[in-house]
Amino acid sequence: MLGEIGLVALILALLVSVLQAALPLAGAQRGVAPWMAVARPAAYAQLALVGFAFVILTHGFVTQDFSLLYVAENSNSLLPLMYRYTAVWGAHEGSLLLWALILAVWTAAVARFSRSLPDTVIARVLGVMGLVSAGFLAFLIFTSNPFLRLLPAAAEGRDLNPLLQDPGMIIHPPMLYLGYVGFSVPFAFAIAALLDGKIDARWLRWTRPWTNVAWAFLTLGIALGSWWAYYELGWGGWWFWDPVENASFMPWLAGAALLHSQAVTEKRGSFRGWTLLLAIATFSLSLLGTFLVRSGVLTSVHAFAADPARGLFILIFLGIVVGGSLLLYALKAPSSDEAGKPFELFSRETLLLANNLLLSTACAMVLLGTLYPLLADALELGKISVGPPYFALMFVLLMAPLVLLLPFGPITRWQREQVSKPLAMLLPWAGFAIALAVVAYFMAPQGPVKVAAGVLGAAWVLFGTARFVWTRVRSQSSGQRFTAEMLGMTLAHFGVAVFLVGALLTEGLTTQREVAVAKGHAVELGGYSFRFDGAAHSQGPNYEADRGTVTVFRDGKPFTVMHPEKRAYASGGQVMTEAAIARGFTRDLYVALGEPLGDGAWALRVHIKPFVRWIWAGALLMMLGGFVTATDRRFRRVAQVRESLPANEPTPEPAR
Amino acid sequence: MNPVRRRRLLWVIALVVAAGLATALVAMALQRNIAYLYTPSEVLRGEAGEHARFRLGGMVAADSFKRAPGSLDATFRVTDGDAQMPVKYTGILPDLFREKQAVVATGRMEGGVFVAETILAKHDENYMPKEVADKMGMAHKKHDVAAPGAGAAQEAK
Repeated sequence: MLGEIGLVALILALLVSVLQAALPLAGAQRGVAPWMAVARPAAYAQLALVGFAFVILTHGFVTQDFSLLYVAENSNSLLPLMYRYTAVWGAHEGSLLLWALILAVWTAAVARFSRSLPDTVIARVLGVMGLVSAGFLAFLIFTSNPFLRLLPAAAEGRDLNPLLQDPGMIIHPPMLYLGYVGFSVPFAFAIAALLDGKIDARWLRWTRPWTNVAWAFLTLGIALGSWWAYYELGWGGWWFWDPVENASFMPWLAGAALLHSQAVTEKRGSFRGWTLLLAIATFSLSLLGTFLVRSGVLTSVHAFAADPARGLFILIFLGIVVGGSLLLYALKAPSSDEAGKPFELFSRETLLLANNLLLSTACAMVLLGTLYPLLADALELGKISVGPPYFALMFVLLMAPLVLLLPFGPITRWQREQVSKPLAMLLPWAGFAIALAVVAYFMAPQGPVKVAAGVLGAAWVLFGTARFVWTRVRSQSSGQRFTAEMLGMTLAHFGVAVFLVGALLTEGLTTQREVAVAKGHAVELGGYSFRFDGAAHSQGPNYEADRGTVTVFRDGKPFTVMHPEKRAYASGGQVMTEAAIARGFTRDLYVALGEPLGDGAWALRVHIKPFVRWIWAGALLMMLGGFVTATDRRFRRVAQVRESLPANEPTPEPAR
Repeated sequence: MNPVRRRRLLWVIALVVAAGLATALVAMALQRNIAYLYTPSEVLRGEAGEHARFRLGGMVAADSFKRAPGSLDATFRVTDGDAQMPVKYTGILPDLFREKQAVVATGRMEGGVFVAETILAKHDENYMPKEVADKMGMAHKKHDVAAPGAGAAQEAK
């Protein structure tokens, strides 16, 4: 009975979202205030209805209602309680319901925190979000109903995919979706601005925190996914350029470009058309990501839906959203006479333009590599796959100039700057970074080029950003504040430095061995000795395991004991590797069991991964930067500002 | 030419050069890193000839898997129902690697033996990588394999 109520709630939510789209959009066009006033209550009603359906599905999982097909397929009476909650979004239907719920949350948040905006603007923004919501709810109801009944009820469920029975999976999808769906706010704003026919810097200022928050959540979601792959898949890698990873990375790159171009448009009025286009592209890439992951066209850990009707539906939806918004853009894009204040060749605008070009090219490069196998298949050019070296090479080529230019951005003035000033400020620090890189090159036991590049890039970004902070802090006495926006930017740029250390040093310095070891024998690696003390049988809640014991010695002294496992899950008999990791600030020890080789011997995979945690620490700093930027008080002063373009942002005084 | 026009022209030239350079680089990088998928009978017919590195897809033949004692050197045969191909791999195989199940190996031919660098194995009993299923066409009927369905693949590096 409850399942049916859940479905009714979803259908009502669909009707409300259609209402939320149709009336306010029409009202804004014709200037009918009562129609526009529908937007806010509709947004709240939608949140209540979708939230209610979500609670009912969760209730089905917690109470083990195997008469619901989705529950029967993704749960099991042995499944621990914690994973029954997370199993709700463990497969296709539930994760789409989560998508719809998060969209409803964002919509309600926009409705709540938009009091300072003109009624027509907010009616249009909420209307566009209602359209998106209607598309997803229709997809949910017509092709992926999570409340489908299984009669007679199954006696036992099939269990949640063992890969997903993990604490990291509890928050990875919600964070990722908060990011994906959050980009619907700048998207809705862009469409509203195009419908309105003018881009007002005040409204743009209002969307900036939303973009920052969405990007921060996406950063966290991607970092969690990478971290999960590292410890759960048992290969010790942190990024595989897997199509699904790329699907989340593309909106991230476009979103990073959007953050920067929004700042230019808001402060200087330049790049208006480009900012709108990026907002459309970012959300379209989020939808494309959902399509790639959910349609089953890709072979991947995430591809659970292989129903062609679903793929077709998302493809059509994607076509309407992308095609419709690009058409609107083509018809109503801002004309060139609305361009902002002029700027010279060497100015902060030019640097941010370079940032945008590099980020969007990187995004296009990833898109090409991801879609190329699909295109080749459709054109019957053969079944191909694009290898990670393609992505790695192109990405490094495109990111190197970005890292080089990064420290110049904050210390260069808007509009016009003498080349010599920022150069003079940063040259000593460049020399220092190069000196450190040379030292690293000769000290590195292996992979000296990667290590030196990592140290060079990280030191350059770190010192350059610190130089900016120092300049700003010194000039505080003369009345210039160090704003939350600057703090956020500084944190995110420090995050880039930390990430560079992690990524390049891990790639350069990782040592690994795969060996067959008999009980009592040891593997020597990087100054550590890993003694295999055999594997014993052990019993988990819903699996049986071979639990290995590996005693690690350093310089002959016992250092730690690690327990890698090989698990066989009770339902379905899936086998899974559970790696044991000894975490550390400067290195991780990583041990995974391979397969039994008879006579108590096992195949053992041992890695030493220096600085691997810095990868995620860097991502967390970037995330923090996004959140901190969003708290800037300036973004909330929308109502008081009269002029359509704000006064000049104070630029840092170059050091003398 | 007035200065504004000249500046614009320079911008356009710079853009065209940059775009051309980027396209050339992308094309080159793609060309080098693409791996085509072939089945054993296609390889034996010489269709994979022009590619040094490719992916071999099919089923692991029954009773063909062997490991040299005390080492991680493994050999097995991959079959598509019509032909078989011996495969050599050193290292830990994915959890889901089994005989009589689908596998995709990336590597190169060395004297009649396919030496694999990575092995991709199927995810559960209902699933076979779509591209392998497409490629094998009729072949998988001979082995009584279920049609491609939901699931995922796992990779060993």
